[in-house]
Amino acid sequence: MKICVCVKQIPDPNIEVSKLDPATNRLVRTGVSLVLDPGDEGGVEAALLLQEKHGGEVVAVSMGPQTAQEALRRTLAMGADGAILISDPALAGADSLGTARALAAAIGREQPDLVICATESTDGYTGMVPGGIAQLLGMPALTFAREISIDGDTCTIHRVTPTGYQVVEATLPVVITVASGAYTPRYPSMKGIMASKKKPLSVLSMADLGLNASEVGEAGAKERVVSVSKIEARAAGRVIKDDGAAAVAIADFLDQYKLL
Amino acid sequence: MMADTIWVWVELNQGKPFRGSLEVLSKAAQLGAAEAVVFGSGARAAAPTLGAYGASKVYVHDDAAYDDYMAMPAAATLGALIEQQRPALLLFATTYDGRDVAARLSPMLGSGLITDATDFSLNGGELRVSVPWGGENIVTATLVHNGTKLVLFRPKAFALEEHSGITPTVEEVQASIDPALLRARITRRVEQAAEGPGLEDAAIIVSGGRGLGKPENFSVVEALANVLGGAVGATRAVVDAGWVPYSYQVGQTGKTVKPTLYIAVGISGAIQHLAGMKGSKYIVAINRDENAPIFSAADLGVVGDALTIVPQLTEELKRRKAAGG
Repeated sequence: MKICVCVKQIPDPNIEVSKLDPATNRLVRTGVSLVLDPGDEGGVEAALLLQEKHGGEVVAVSMGPQTAQEALRRTLAMGADGAILISDPALAGADSLGTARALAAAIGREQPDLVICATESTDGYTGMVPGGIAQLLGMPALTFAREISIDGDTCTIHRVTPTGYQVVEATLPVVITVASGAYTPRYPSMKGIMASKKKPLSVLSMADLGLNASEVGEAGAKERVVSVSKIEARAAGRVIKDDGAAAVAIADFLDQYKLL
Repeated sequence: MMADTIWVWVELNQGKPFRGSLEVLSKAAQLGAAEAVVFGSGARAAAPTLGAYGASKVYVHDDAAYDDYMAMPAAATLGALIEQQRPALLLFATTYDGRDVAARLSPMLGSGLITDATDFSLNGGELRVSVPWGGENIVTATLVHNGTKLVLFRPKAFALEEHSGITPTVEEVQASIDPALLRARITRRVEQAAEGPGLEDAAIIVSGGRGLGKPENFSVVEALANVLGGAVGATRAVVDAGWVPYSYQVGQTGKTVKPTLYIAVGISGAIQHLAGMKGSKYIVAINRDENAPIFSAADLGVVGDALTIVPQLTEELKRRKAAGG
């Protein structure tokens, strides 16, 4: 079984608040700490668990600047067998459709049985790329999975819903999106880190993939940012320290605003 | 210039239109000629309700196939209908299924798409969409291409608004579903409904974060929600740690909530969490760390140990309710 897992390098959400460059309205990537998206680590974990059970190969696929190789090296250290980075200056400013087109072009060449993605990235969170990849590759998308099982050529997932879950099945190949928090990613071992240095990581340009800038880069982007403004800050209220009477103070507050 | 035709994709929930779809329809009807598209069992019966929320026309395909098969058949029928009718805009409420369908339509039609929006306007046909981003910005974006533009809105972005006196024209969509699209099948539905109100509809929400220390301590949040008749929420950190299910998650990657009262217990107030709950009318925060960002958003902030204060508060509220009743 071959599994492609889509990953993205983003500003570390535990340290940084993602910022936009006022000149270009693109994400600021310089001078910030970049990491493999924590949501994508869950996708890598799901892929590795399936590989441990069913054998085969896990290939991590990313689109981004050259620095994204670091995020891909981390997936290799976790246990992925190979990695592909789609990197081309003309890809900067791609929207979700362009991103889906680029990823689908690279993934299509691999002919995977499974494509695994996080439900959405932690920085841009449009959540539209996995479904776009599925459409472009003619595959069903099984989304919001918190459990995945494969039996022969049938893939079954538990799909999180607002009030419970659905059991959904489809014949391979399929695209799966993994719900946030469903998989706890493993830490790369020292052995894994050493081994990752020898694993294949290929970098592909748009020309390598036969992609045209009018379809995938900023030139092809359908979305344009018109302006960016600050959200009006909510005025901070009263802050008290608990001296034993805080519970009563909160109850009084609720009483005052008729919230009981 | 002819008024723009705005389509709203209406999702059915057990045969009834989903509230979020009606919110989007209410807004669309204010801005132009709003028409609704609804597929699945009960689509035809839903038409009068959609008229009541502003749809002058309703496209229906009352076929049970859409109930059991995910996204592919709906996207195909919808895509063909769009090619035929070419509405200016197609709007969605952000739901699990709506996202799946929209994600397929974008490459199918070569259409641009904006998600997570909270507002939009059409000035002389120019689309402007507001998207909160990064917790502190509002990005105003537009889509620059011919053809139908796709936008998904957060729940609660718009208020429900009834329009009396509209009896919509109902147009039956002539579509046959290609069996090749019936591939991802829902074989079972399992409801794990929590007691009390759902997060989206609750007037009061009590949410817990990692400051509670360990999963067992989450019960103090549940007990307080219970006495207030509120819903229980959680931060992403708590959900990721497996303390509570994903359905509890409030924030940028979880649910956006707008209750009258939001009580944040042991929540530091990461920007991603604030993005999902800042619209609450009143916010009370209890946290040990006096520098926690949550205090900058709270109407009442209490610096102290949630595990001491919250049970005391629960008892105090019980006492007052008993005295009042």
